[in-house]
Amino acid sequence: MTTSAPGRNGSRPAMFANGFNLGRLLLQGRAFFALIAIIVVFSILSPNYFTIANLLTMSSHVAVYAILSIGMLLVILNGGIDLSVGSTLGISGMVAGFLMQGVHLKLLGISLYPAVWVVVIVSCAVGALIGLVNGVLVARFKVAPFVATLGMLYVVRGLALLMTNGLTYNDLGGKPELGNTGFDWLGFNRILDIPVGVLVMVVVAIVVSVVLNRTAFGRWLYASGGNERAAELSGVPVRRVKIWVYVVSGLCAAIAGLILSSELTSAGPTAGNSYELTAIAAVVIGGAALTGGRGTVRGTLLGAFVIGFLSDGLVIIGVSAYWQTVFTGAVIVLAVLLNAVQYRGRRKAAATGGGPQTPSREGTPAAAGPVPEKTAA
Amino acid sequence: MTSTQGLAERPVRPSEPVMSLRGITKRFGAVQALSGVDFDINAGEVVALVGDNGAGKSTFVKILSGVYTPDEGTITYDGERVTIPSPAAAQELGISSVFQDLALADNLDVVANLFLGREIGRFALDEEEMERRSWELLGQLSARIPSVRIPIASLSGGQRQTVAIARSLIGDPKVVILDEPTAALGVAQTAEVLNLVERLRERGLGVVLISHNLADVQAVADRVAVLRLGRNNGTFRMKDVTYEQIIAAITGATDNAVTRRASSRGAKEQSDGK
Repeated sequence: MTTSAPGRNGSRPAMFANGFNLGRLLLQGRAFFALIAIIVVFSILSPNYFTIANLLTMSSHVAVYAILSIGMLLVILNGGIDLSVGSTLGISGMVAGFLMQGVHLKLLGISLYPAVWVVVIVSCAVGALIGLVNGVLVARFKVAPFVATLGMLYVVRGLALLMTNGLTYNDLGGKPELGNTGFDWLGFNRILDIPVGVLVMVVVAIVVSVVLNRTAFGRWLYASGGNERAAELSGVPVRRVKIWVYVVSGLCAAIAGLILSSELTSAGPTAGNSYELTAIAAVVIGGAALTGGRGTVRGTLLGAFVIGFLSDGLVIIGVSAYWQTVFTGAVIVLAVLLNAVQYRGRRKAAATGGGPQTPSREGTPAAAGPVPEKTAA
Repeated sequence: MTSTQGLAERPVRPSEPVMSLRGITKRFGAVQALSGVDFDINAGEVVALVGDNGAGKSTFVKILSGVYTPDEGTITYDGERVTIPSPAAAQELGISSVFQDLALADNLDVVANLFLGREIGRFALDEEEMERRSWELLGQLSARIPSVRIPIASLSGGQRQTVAIARSLIGDPKVVILDEPTAALGVAQTAEVLNLVERLRERGLGVVLISHNLADVQAVADRVAVLRLGRNNGTFRMKDVTYEQIIAAITGATDNAVTRRASSRGAKEQSDGK
């Protein structure tokens, strides 16, 4: 351990790292601290806020945004953006509503009432298909993600409105004699007292998190978001990765749409209007960089909870809806501001941390073993 | 597994070139970028490729690394005639390139960059194994990297170049092409990279060094091949040649073998006379 690391090399980065960690803890945990602050403030202002029942209710509201945001996170990590998720959420509910009313085949004179699991699969497939269109447009035809998904936002919303000429499906309960009951399970039931929607959110978060951190695909996604050319030269299938993130984003939006329409037991063609912006906000509050390559599932979840708990809290203490909008906007701006501070700090650290490393020929302590050269002083 | 240790154990056969190109010609429309270029790469040897701007260096390097295919000419690799249709094909053969702009992902750590595109364990990354091999590889190169778990963005230019070069060795290549590895580096960092180049030679790799900096070339190259206006303009053993002769070959002051020979003799006699 005491091989000859030059004093400067040995002590400086370690010292620097310690000083940096304290600042970084506050900065990196900002979404977490913001959430704590929100809970504390509203708990003081309203006795009903910090109760298990209310927290679970708020969490089930958050679940819809959170699932949407996790899909959005993948796209943003890739350096893209998906504006079509709100519309996809809407059409997913509409497809479910349409199928629950039964598919009437006039030619054969029969009506089919698909089981709920079929409805769920078809809705998810529709979401994934929309994502696939986005992905192909962006990856293969090189359309700018903003424009491609903006186009899909309108197309999909239009299709959702066309399905019923703008009307809402009100009856998603199904009928026992048709064997298609159970759609409300997603939105109403609880397992161990936890709403199913929240559990779905947890499952989605865990799956995506594992994929990001433990698989080659996750590595490729971060790499292609950070430096697409480098990833391509390294043999990463950049295009395939890009198509997949949009597909997963569409899939997440469809799942969110199912949960929302199940909670409301109705599916409206305008559901999820402007939700894409909330999802982007959650991802940004969670510390992800819109330029790609930086962001985590944990941060995004925190971001979704910050937005959800803030807006629900404002409702509980009776603040006007217009002020809610102002507060939400202020939180987003603040988050982006802090992101900028964090990334600038990192660059500065890179510049000064790398600078004093003078190469000296004697010995090679740094590469001697898997222990960084902290010990020598 | 193609472990990095295999590199050091490979027998070195200096007699037979590991890669040999003959009569390489490349046109871009009306522009004749290369005409009839011959080039040999030997195992355990650093060969520098020098030339003025527009001499065809980068075109030639792109042919070596599979970005372009030659219009005419043959490529022999490891005793067999081959074609290199794509960069991936070049990598598969064992020709690995370190590009001028490094091609590292700044947001990933050293391990992730070293193994990018060649991860161990596709659906369950084996981080421990990758980290162990990273240290092993960097240790063999005597590379000075403080930690393999810090993002590339926080490394210095020389360290980044070191990682880029180490990365090129992951696929267990026989030929490594370094395109301007010392451009944009400070003096000390340049020295570090040049040490690294020597270590690649010690491992029995054929190293192609493209550089504008003749001081670097003189410091590490065994042989220097000069390109001028898309043609061979002399290949010199480094120990037989002076700085002025290389410059003359680059600029075209000597245009044929006879004058080159004469001037080389003259230079020798002069220095002997002193």
